[in-house]
Amino acid sequence: MKVLDSGDTAWLLISAALVLVMTPALAFFYGGMVRRKNVLSTLNLSFITIALISVQWVLYGYSLAFGPDKGGVIGGLAFLGLAGVGTPSSAYAPTVPHLAFAAFQMMFAIITPALITGAFVERVSFKAFILFTLLWATFVYDPVCHWVWASGGLLTRIGVLDFAGGTVVHITAGFSALAFAYAIGPRSGFGHTSFEPNNIPYSVLGAGLLWMGWFGFNGGSALAANGIATQALVTTNTAAAAACLVWMLLSWLDNKPSVLGIVTGAVVGMVAITPGAGFVTPLAAIAIGGIGSAISYYAIKLIKGHRWVDESLDVFACHGLGGLWGALATGLFASTAVNSAGRDGLFYGKSGQLLVQAAGALAAIVPAMLITFGIAKLLARTTGLRVSTGAEQVGLDISEHGERAYP
Amino acid sequence: MTKKIEAIIREERLGDVKEALRAIGIMGLNVFEVKGRGRQGGITLSGRGGPYQVDLLPKLQVNIVLSDHNVDAVIETIRKAAYTGEVGDGIIFVYPVEQVVRIRTGEVNREALMYPNDIDSK
Repeated sequence: MKVLDSGDTAWLLISAALVLVMTPALAFFYGGMVRRKNVLSTLNLSFITIALISVQWVLYGYSLAFGPDKGGVIGGLAFLGLAGVGTPSSAYAPTVPHLAFAAFQMMFAIITPALITGAFVERVSFKAFILFTLLWATFVYDPVCHWVWASGGLLTRIGVLDFAGGTVVHITAGFSALAFAYAIGPRSGFGHTSFEPNNIPYSVLGAGLLWMGWFGFNGGSALAANGIATQALVTTNTAAAAACLVWMLLSWLDNKPSVLGIVTGAVVGMVAITPGAGFVTPLAAIAIGGIGSAISYYAIKLIKGHRWVDESLDVFACHGLGGLWGALATGLFASTAVNSAGRDGLFYGKSGQLLVQAAGALAAIVPAMLITFGIAKLLARTTGLRVSTGAEQVGLDISEHGERAYP
Repeated sequence: MTKKIEAIIREERLGDVKEALRAIGIMGLNVFEVKGRGRQGGITLSGRGGPYQVDLLPKLQVNIVLSDHNVDAVIETIRKAAYTGEVGDGIIFVYPVEQVVRIRTGEVNREALMYPNDIDSK
């Protein structure tokens, strides 16, 4: 067993804090986009996820995700209550305490269900949401996380590359968001009322904090304070920047460059680079971020423009499609010259990785959508999925929380 | 004769009220955010120290200046669109108006209140 390295451990602990702050940042990113009467409710959906998943992870989530593999599918119960997860290191991250690795991973488990909330803001019942989050974490996040990142997980076995969670986090959340939006139905007035963002400055602030936090999300996923972590930090920043500029240009061509769009572009770029951050070059990151931005931009135009579904805050377009593009782009741009622990992609002579990435994405998309839709429909039938029309009209802050954001 | 309608309505009914007014040909209006107290008696909110009573609630005041002969139709339209049946639906006041002048053109009174597809052309 390798000796614990204080530099690696310090970086991982800091990264855990950076990834944690991404969830309140997300709360504000989303909060600014909803109507005034639903601000507190929207902030709370993200915030309460921190509490719910922090406990779930300690009790059994970490065990299901990273416990010793059972058939490639799940981790089992060896680490229930984090038993045996302490100061000595694990094979996952040989130079840091096992508990530090578990804590870092917890922050990913937290933000993933928080991402989905954007699909069902302004109408979901708080009670149904709590149940959904716990069920989704247990039946979607923990298994998919196991398949992609646990040793022996079935997607690890076929060689899927996911540096920091393009498949585990963004694809699962984005496609689940789409399924949930279909299950819950549109907001009352969708299609003929304009829903104006109540506080775009919140969204700008949230995006800025997400950018900083993402250095922990991608940089920390190197699980060491080394060259790969540095690579990931730089590719993350580059992809965000390229994506931000592309979105600005596209939105400028269409009309005026919207500030909300500009900050969304930056977020999308970071989504796209997440699966490949430690496997690609900064030059590749420009392409990955830029192309990802264009894909999400036009997806939103199509989906919102034609009103196919009220997936309220475009989680599918940004995270689902952004993550999918990122996963495939990793199959194009990954290079063992950058990271010898990775693979080579199509542009470095190996066509196989692209197919592996596609298979990995599909393996996450299908169960995520089916299970999410199933849980949502089950909740609709039992506790009810959304609030009453009257409650929705008054706003969830008052009807679900008995509070006003701005008296 | 010109009149002004002041309609105090629930915030969440504004969309329906505007839509209903547009449908009968009333486009010109303005909206104030107000806080008020009437029969509703406020609501109870939850704070960190326990529940507390708030008796001034946010409402919207919709102002419309229009010709006398359209007042009844507009009042009926607003009542139907703003109605929920719960205490707190609001109240409507009608005032006489001395003079109306359109800034851009200098038109006065009847001409100042007219525009394409308005209620008097239907």
